[in-house]
Amino acid sequence: MKRIFVYVVLLLVSATHAGAQDSSLLKLLNDSMDVQHNHYAVTGTFKATQLVNLPTTESPARKNLQFMIMHRFGKLNDGAYALFGLDNAEIRFGLDYGITNRLSVGVGRSSYDKTFDGSLKYKVLQQSTTGMPVSLSAYGLVTHFTQRYSDKPYLNARFRTSYTAQLLLARKFNSNLSLLLAPAFTHINLVPTPQDKNDVFTLSAGGRYKITRRMAITAEYNYLFNNQVVSTDVSRSLSFGWDIETGGHVFQLVFSNSRGMTGPYYLTKTTGTWGNGDIYFGFNITRNFNWSKR
Amino acid sequence: MKKYILLLAMVAGMLATASAQTYVTRNGQISFYSKTSLEDIKATNKQVFAAIDLSKKTVAFSLLMRGFLFDKQLMQDHFNENYVESDKFPKATFNGSFTGAVENKPGKYPVQIEGKLTLHGVTQPVTIPAVLEVQSGSLSGTASFSVKPADYKIEIPSVVKDKIAQQITVQVSIAGTPLK
Repeated sequence: MKRIFVYVVLLLVSATHAGAQDSSLLKLLNDSMDVQHNHYAVTGTFKATQLVNLPTTESPARKNLQFMIMHRFGKLNDGAYALFGLDNAEIRFGLDYGITNRLSVGVGRSSYDKTFDGSLKYKVLQQSTTGMPVSLSAYGLVTHFTQRYSDKPYLNARFRTSYTAQLLLARKFNSNLSLLLAPAFTHINLVPTPQDKNDVFTLSAGGRYKITRRMAITAEYNYLFNNQVVSTDVSRSLSFGWDIETGGHVFQLVFSNSRGMTGPYYLTKTTGTWGNGDIYFGFNITRNFNWSKR
Repeated sequence: MKKYILLLAMVAGMLATASAQTYVTRNGQISFYSKTSLEDIKATNKQVFAAIDLSKKTVAFSLLMRGFLFDKQLMQDHFNENYVESDKFPKATFNGSFTGAVENKPGKYPVQIEGKLTLHGVTQPVTIPAVLEVQSGSLSGTASFSVKPADYKIEIPSVVKDKIAQQITVQVSIAGTPLK
């Protein structure tokens, strides 16, 4: 009896062993792979470095230079006489360079107020498949406008400068949906009246939804808290965009009630309202150049 | 009692001989090349899991698509986002068998591998000529074949059609050690 039992065990062992060997070379690999490589960075949270005006957690990779043209036409409600705003346009040229995969530096020049800007973006946290649920970038921007006003001789360099700091918190929920939450602090060196605050707080939220592999719809809303900007009749910036990606280019067709394209302008100086038809049509185009060889 | 020892020895011996014929690696290399007059694209994955069983003459590969590294970061992003959709289809696998004599002594042996390649969620039969090299205590293999993206439902938009080859050359190089 004992002997039979032993032989049965032996038979079973050899049978399962053979079976396992036969069908499961691939299973063996997949099992050990699942143990080893279940952890990697979530990439492609957004297609571009900005939603419409709001910066995203994306930045150019190391040794990549991004050239960006941002364009905003006049108001749609200017009517047929001004070809619905197409007669006049504001433009911003920007260059952003990736020093590392996490740190990028940018410069830009807007025709609006003839403003120069410089920025830094640093990725503090990177979302990954297990563990880190969000990406977090810190963004700092300095703007300096150079528009000449003959009636304002007191406008020195200090008075022309503003600062914006933003924390960009993003999560890619799935391959289509990504959301962004961005509290911001803007310091304006010169405000029109003593009642206006020099330090302005805003909270921005936005997102993108991919409609095809290469196209996405984006939206952003920038909430300006009450009683900070009082002398001018400001509204909150709401923008929608349509991202189209082709190779090294990203085209963004946008509609916004903001005409300014950098921090202090769209966050704290938006005067248009959607209800009145103060809608600026425009586009952002980015082109990426690469020098890295790995 | 003696019998038990004998049986145990038999079982152990059987396990040992069976597994000594299986070679595995976790850092095999697979590269692919797309050559057109406009652009050369190359990517390499150095974290390929592979296994070869000489006694059963079976072969298997498994790799993460995200493991392919490109010269250009943007290309790598687009590869994962738009072409192979690594979020949806993280792995590529191959499962097959080979024909051709491979002796258990050092030397190079040409073989013909047949099996199923799964990529971008699509499984296709493939036949790949390969060379296996038996060394003392290890087994290495090299192979080269071509893949049509269209066969695996990898769409190439018309704007970049001239920049991506219709046939992608794939080169495989692995060095396996006996499975313990």
